This record gives sequence, structure tokens and C-alpha cells, in this order.
Amino acid sequence: MSSEATRHSTPLSAQTLARFAREVAKYPADQKQSAVMACLSIVQQEQGWVSPDSEREIADYLGMAPMAVHEVTTFYNMYNQQPLGKFKINVCTNLPCQLRNGQHALMHLAHKLGINVGETTADGAITLQPGECMGACADAPVLLVNDRTMCSFMSDDKLDQLVDGLRAAAKE
Amino acid sequence: MSVDNFLAQFRASGVETCFHDRHINPQIYAGINGQNWSLKDYEARGGYQALRKILGIGGGEPMTQDQVIATVKESGLRGRGGAGFPTGLKWSFMPRQFPGQKYLVCNSDEGEPGTCKDREILQHNPHIVIEGMAIAAYAMGISVGYNYIHGEIFQTYERFEAALEEARAAGYLGEHILGSSFSFQLHAAHGFGAYICGEETALLESLEGKKGQPRFKPPFPASFGLYGKPTTINNTETFAAVPWIIRNGGQAYLECGKPNNGGTKIFSISGDVERPGNYEIPMGTPFAKLLELAGGVKGGRQLKAVIPGGSSAPVLPAHIMMDCTMDYDSIAKAGSMLGSGAVIVMDETRCMVKSLQRLSYFYQHESCGQCTPCREGTGWLWRMVDRIENGQGRESDLALLDNVAENIMGRTICALGDAAAMPVRGMLKHFRHEFEHHITHKTCMVPAYV
Repeated sequence: MSSEATRHSTPLSAQTLARFAREVAKYPADQKQSAVMACLSIVQQEQGWVSPDSEREIADYLGMAPMAVHEVTTFYNMYNQQPLGKFKINVCTNLPCQLRNGQHALMHLAHKLGINVGETTADGAITLQPGECMGACADAPVLLVNDRTMCSFMSDDKLDQLVDGLRAAAKE
Repeated sequence: MSVDNFLAQFRASGVETCFHDRHINPQIYAGINGQNWSLKDYEARGGYQALRKILGIGGGEPMTQDQVIATVKESGLRGRGGAGFPTGLKWSFMPRQFPGQKYLVCNSDEGEPGTCKDREILQHNPHIVIEGMAIAAYAMGISVGYNYIHGEIFQTYERFEAALEEARAAGYLGEHILGSSFSFQLHAAHGFGAYICGEETALLESLEGKKGQPRFKPPFPASFGLYGKPTTINNTETFAAVPWIIRNGGQAYLECGKPNNGGTKIFSISGDVERPGNYEIPMGTPFAKLLELAGGVKGGRQLKAVIPGGSSAPVLPAHIMMDCTMDYDSIAKAGSMLGSGAVIVMDETRCMVKSLQRLSYFYQHESCGQCTPCREGTGWLWRMVDRIENGQGRESDLALLDNVAENIMGRTICALGDAAAMPVRGMLKHFRHEFEHHITHKTCMVPAYV
């Protein structure tokens, strides 16, 4: 568990709120809550996770009960409920991927990173997690980096290259 | 080098899976190459001609709402998301005269294991979905729509948003489309990792900013949908089929396929084939032909089993599958379902117990927890299959698996429970001996699982 200091999140910036406003504008004026999924993912992109503070700020912004926001955070698999490594890697291991080395790719990464699945490297660079179907079965082995970037046809060589690149980027 | 630039090298190009010459008479994937997704390219391929046609722009009388719906009915188009419900009939259920707000929703929450077709439609030909939705909105008198896109394909969501901006700027979306009296606003929303949101009422809950737990039906979305208003929900590929139908006529579409199974269909082939990918072929094409297009079984091995319609469809052994044609009726007659058109191929080296173990894990992981038979039953199924796989199965487990599956089916609000139970029953029906071998000998009867 991280210390209280690292669990503290920064208040939402004007830039973040502008991104929220763009999402809210998609929905009827009395249905601002519809933007909660997008707002949570924006916060996660900017801060790396969804903190209770962020949930409260989003709740205020959308006129929701904080618990209603928390229900969404906890229901959907991709929201990070605690700080993770700088880069989160999710490897699909569902059956179509398993048939094409998805599980092997996950184990290869664990070995390369020297951690167990679900853990974060000691330098805080990379968190490794399994994933469920990403809807890219013909691209197997397939993985996501920080929710938004899908990497396809990940052979062992490409996995090594990915890890080396992300480790270097984490130091910058 | 920025992280985004570094990661770009690992992005799928679509060359292997979509831009190949092994489609047969493609309509949706016709002429796309990964570079030509934008509006001007789509227009050059004849894009938005169908929308112009129904609005009577550029010559000809406008089509009436009834004429559009009749054309879609005539085409034999059936829902491409999995249920195969006739699209024209669904559109006719929308109470067009309802005075309040009505909604159109596109279900792009493509997460059924094995399915990866909608992603490549939205990524490489997004305007075909926008045009299809605009036509549907016109036919049903709807002024607002949403496309709910699987959270895991975020880049595709961003691509679709870019296409929406182009369509708005060109007057294909918004107020008074192309100067007509028809107005339609379309927006994109995204999920964030919940298989259940592919279920249409769970999707609506999610779109309302809630947990994605399915609603009890009735009332159906046509009367009580998004924000409690009449709503029509179709799959991405279904909307993508519509422009061709309007341009060429319902009869022409029907003739592409076979009776009651009109048109082309995109099949996603994954697993043990030489060339996994998406293949758009006429409905009714023999499975053997589809397998050939995908390069045959990997490494020249023997075909063992096929899950023909996404992970929820019961598995079929090779000898049954090789006699099937790829359409709703043929696959249903063989005891499975065409579903979303996701064909998972398994060769002779695959253990069916291990395969089912992974699928059962998925369903217990993704059960929303609302209904007891599914929440508890999917856990039971997984734990039993898991212990059989691990050599700790009991003699009584097979009867208990049957019993638990039986007690889930038909006893839940949505179809996820059935989707978890059907693969179990399919495996036990066709490959019971493998499960018995695992229990008796505490080991696998298949030589190697690589």
C-alpha cells in the first residue's frame, strides 16, 4: 500500500475541466451523469488512477452522489483504484488469444520484468496485469499500455523491445 | 522520442487481418486500405450517396420512412451483433409517432471473445457506420444517437470522433442535414472494461452513467430505452450494411446471401489458422471455404473443433462443422449459433478441458452479480472445470456441471448466464470423453498443449 502522500491527488485543472465539459455537452442538460465514464478515464489518463478525491470532484461536477461515481469506478475493470506503475500493461489471455500465445506473452513479460502478474516493478515503471477480451482476437498476442494504446502481434522479441522502451521512458 | 511515437510501432496496421484480397464480394470492407478512412475517400467510394438518395438530394423523390424500412425488411438483413433479429422488423417496432425524444444507439461494445470485426469497420471505414445510423434515424424519426464503443479500443473511439467532426463539418450530421428538414445529432461514448455492456440494456445503463447491470425486459428499449425514452439499438456491422442496401435495393442484398440470410457477413477467424483475421463473405458460404481463405489449420494440423459464433456459442466438432455453411440457419441446425460471426478454430493438439477452463473463468469474472443463478453458478462452473483441468476432478462433477448449467439457463435477467452455460453443455455433449479422462487419469489425453 502506498503512503498517504503518494495517494494524494492534485485538484482538477482548468484544462481537465475543459475536457469534462466537452463530454458533458454530448448529453441532454439533465443527464450530465452520462459523462461519468469519460470523466473518470480522463482523470486516470492524467493522474494514473482514480482517487477518492477525484471521485468527489467528478461527483460535484456532474451533480452525482460520490457513491454513484464510486460504483462506476469499481464496476468497470479498467479503472485503477490505486496508484500503479507509470505504465500499466494488460495482456489478453482469453481463449482466442490463449490459442495464439497470449498466456505465454504474459508469462514472458513477468519473467522479463522479474515480477509476478499483478505486481509493479520496484522502480515503479511497469505494472503487469492480465486482461479480458479486447476485441482484437486476430491480432494475438495483444496487449494494452495505459488503457489507450493497443499493441498487436506481440512476439517475444517485440515484448522485450516494448519493455526496454517503456523502462527508458519511465526514467525521463 | 515520445512514448506515443515509441508505441506506434506496435500498432496493428490491418494489413494481415483486413486489407487482404481474400474477401468475397465485400461491401463493408470493399476498397479500404488503412489510409482511406476519411470523408473525402469515403465519398469517392460512393459514400453518403444512400443518405442523399433517401433525402431526395441530387434528383429523385425522397424515400418515405416506410419505404426505407420496407427496403431493409426486403433485404433480409439480420442483426450482426449476435442475436440475428431481423433489422427491418426491429426498426418497425419504434413508435415513430411518439412525440417526445427518441434515441438511436449503436452497440460497438465488441467484447465477445473471438469477435474483432467492428473495430476494423470503425477504424478503417467509420463513415459507413455514420451514414447507416443517419439513414436509420431518418427511417425512425430519431434526432439523437450515440455510438457506444468498447473501452479497450480507445484509438478506434478517437478515430470515430474524428470522423464525426468531418461529417458535421460537411453537413451530413447536425441540423437540417444537406439542407433537408431532417436533423440528427450523433455522438460517441466509450466503455471501460465490462463485457456485460455488450448486452443492450446494460449498455443503456452504462450510457446513463451507471453500473452496467442489465434491465429486466419487458419493457423493451423500443418503448423504454435510453433515459426511459423509445430507443433502437443495432450492432455496428448492422448499420454498416445499410448504405449498400439503400443504394442497391433490398432484393440485391438478399441475393448476395441465401433466403432468410441476406447479404455479406464479416467473420472474425481466430485461433489455430494460418491467417487469423476478418473475412467478409456472402452468407451461406461453406465453412470449408472460409477455413481455406484463412489459410487452413495452422501448421497443417488436423481440425479438431470450432466455436462458430463467439465464445458463448456451443462448440462443434470438426466433422459437423465441415458440413456447415456460414449462415444463421445452418449453424443453428448443427446445434450451435452464428452469433457475432466469431470463428474460434482449435486443432488436434488442443485440450477441450483447458479451453473451457479459460472460457468459464471469463464468464465468472464478467458476471455483473445481479442475478443469483449467474453470479453463483458461473463461479461453480469455473471452479469445477478448473479442478478437473488440474487433476482434482470428482466422478460426480460432470453431472453437477450439467446440473448447474441447467439451473442457470433461462433463470437470469440477461443472456450472460446462458452464454456461460452453453459452452459447458456443448463441450460435454461433444467432448465428454476428454473430461472423463481428466477425472479418471488426473491428466490430459491430448498429447501436447502448446
